[in-house]
Amino acid sequence: MKEDKDLPQENSSRRNFLRLGLLAGGAAVTGFGINALAQEDEKPALSGEKVRVLTPDGKMVEVDASSINNYPEALITPEESRKGIPGKKFVMVIDLAKCKNARKCVESCQKAHKLDTNEEFMKVQLIQDNPEASAYWLPKPCFHCDEPPCVTVCPTGATFKRDDGIVLIDNDRCIGCKFCITSCPYSARQFNWGHKDKFDDKSQPYSPETSVPAAEGTVMKCDFCPDMLREGKLPHCATACPMGVIYFGDRNEDIVTNGSETVRFSELIADRGGYRHLEHLGTKPNVYYLPAVNRQFPLERGFDIEPEILERYKDVPVVEEYLKNQNS
Amino acid sequence: MDLDIRKRELVKEFSPMLTKSTLTSKIWIGILIAVIATGLLAFVLQVVKGHEVTGMRDNVVWGIYIINFIFFVCLSYSGAFISGILHFFKTPWKNAVSRIVEIITVLSLIVGPIFILLCIGRLDRLHYLFLYPRIQSPITWDIIAIMTDLVGCFIYLYLTFIPDFAILRDNSEDAPNWRKKLYRFLAIGYYDTETQRKTLHKLTRTMSAMVIALAIVAYSVLAWIFSLTLQPGWNSSIFAPYFIVAGLYSGIAVIIIAMYLIRKFYHLEHYIRKIHFTSAGIILLIVSMLYGYFTFSEYFSRWFSHKISDAHLLETLFGKYFWQFILANYVGVLLPVFILFFKKLRTIPLITFASVVAILGLWLNRYLIVVPTLETPYLPIQDTREEFVHYTATWIEWSLSFAGVAAFILFFILLMRLVPIIPMSGIIDYERDQDSKKHKVSTQN
Repeated sequence: MKEDKDLPQENSSRRNFLRLGLLAGGAAVTGFGINALAQEDEKPALSGEKVRVLTPDGKMVEVDASSINNYPEALITPEESRKGIPGKKFVMVIDLAKCKNARKCVESCQKAHKLDTNEEFMKVQLIQDNPEASAYWLPKPCFHCDEPPCVTVCPTGATFKRDDGIVLIDNDRCIGCKFCITSCPYSARQFNWGHKDKFDDKSQPYSPETSVPAAEGTVMKCDFCPDMLREGKLPHCATACPMGVIYFGDRNEDIVTNGSETVRFSELIADRGGYRHLEHLGTKPNVYYLPAVNRQFPLERGFDIEPEILERYKDVPVVEEYLKNQNS
Repeated sequence: MDLDIRKRELVKEFSPMLTKSTLTSKIWIGILIAVIATGLLAFVLQVVKGHEVTGMRDNVVWGIYIINFIFFVCLSYSGAFISGILHFFKTPWKNAVSRIVEIITVLSLIVGPIFILLCIGRLDRLHYLFLYPRIQSPITWDIIAIMTDLVGCFIYLYLTFIPDFAILRDNSEDAPNWRKKLYRFLAIGYYDTETQRKTLHKLTRTMSAMVIALAIVAYSVLAWIFSLTLQPGWNSSIFAPYFIVAGLYSGIAVIIIAMYLIRKFYHLEHYIRKIHFTSAGIILLIVSMLYGYFTFSEYFSRWFSHKISDAHLLETLFGKYFWQFILANYVGVLLPVFILFFKKLRTIPLITFASVVAILGLWLNRYLIVVPTLETPYLPIQDTREEFVHYTATWIEWSLSFAGVAAFILFFILLMRLVPIIPMSGIIDYERDQDSKKHKVSTQN
């Protein structure tokens, strides 16, 4: 927690609600790990009113109401958004065995980030590793790499890596050269090619942490929903998934949760053979996958979700074969 | 020595090129301006409606703008390279072509970067590159390299122009007033005295060596924009030298075409002779074999090691882009090699034809480096919705591309109206050299 002390003092109130915000959120999301009470050096003014919250080790504690975050009104400006949430190192684990292409992650993400149907921060791909292997659904967010090629090539620092591991884009700074898009090996980034009415909606002030509103001629991508994390909530995709496919958490605490189940991150990866996509590229992603073994659903379940879903994947060999069998 | 009389003669000989405009030249200028105007209209449309009007979409985010950018910038670097070598080694037949090369160098370096600007989503934020620069980005390196190169090439071009400005200043009594004033200003008090001449030669020589170095640095940086990424078709260690050789290939070809057109249009058969074409043709032959060799090594190693991502790329290249690949990398290399290899085929029209083939092939080769790679990312493009379709350039992109070419030609024509395309000072220098040699011989006798 040394880096905390280096931060300027005017930030203390924000960081207070941050820390306690996560704590309060911990009560909502059962057992979501937080290392909240580690600091004693800043004392906010007390209101006298007490609120009960749940700590990660399952204890009920009372804290002062003034410490609980007054989040949604608080806006994280582009400048503040470069710092990251102190002491955190966010990580996502996606359990491929449970994914049936329900597409709720995609939809909730689109809703939260005010995206059109053709704009997907989270994409679900249909992957077959080799001809013998069975195909599986692969939800693909931004991997928030520890060696992000996109950040290296950005000429203006519009995209940046934070201390908490999140890679964000400040679309006030982006000049739209698209070099980051071409350098990302995971095709995680998207460009706003033309003007859309939603860009003019300034009812919500712009923050890189919400990626809303987007701006014409700039790049956007999955942001790990830092606005939710500050409230102590899970990213939208993790909350929305009906199968609990997406686990999210903090590496420093070694805990990840999908909202209903909380597990040790290191044990999960070690026991279930967790891996990272395209490890050989050396980008060191912060999104891990659990292999699609002992599936809970047959692959075909993912074809019935939306009428046009088969149409969309029609060039994938697995789907071609599936369609052929259906027609015969 | 009646140098002044000789200068007057030369000015008289070349002044029709500077002042007279024929009907055909007027028509040509009209056509070029029309093409540029269409391009400007396309540009306005793109600014108003956004990049939606281009064929670029989320997978193929770079299209023919960036290809034109590489193409023109590589033209410039090769021009600088060739011109530097011509000057530095005092090549005997350089005089007739050196100015053509220098003009190509500077003009393409002006036109090229315009294309990269067309590719940028937020032109209104261009100054952020200087407000918030990040030195580890290859784009920042590229900006530094191109700006340095542009300044260097401008100084170099200007140095080679000074003696001619001086001659024109002293010998254009009949010219309109603005021309006289312009020449007086541009000649910056050069009177061709012994010391002035020596200083200028020294400066030009130094600059010619510098532009060679600048050209190599700047073009390597441009190649690194691609090769420093992780993408299958780009992440290659030979890209920098490959781009330099490819640049020379197109550069020499453009010089040959320019020589052909200028010779034909201005009837300069006396100055631009067959020897120029055959010499340039032989250099083109050597470079084309070198370029073919690099192309082969690049694709051969990808094919032989067949990593899965490379295999996908080659599948696309030999599937969807089969004919383009054949045209670019077989016809575009082997046909020029064939024509230039046989002495009997080395005629002026055939050498020019080989150059045209070389240029078209090279442009297509650049296309095949940029677009298919973006169409075959590591994670396959599965979405067949319209927003994710593969790339085809729209008329906006094409008309802006042609406007770039037209602007290049138009600037060329305008510059040829300012100074003769054959450096008069070069002719004088040559004759002075011959004279002094004769003098030496006669005194020795």
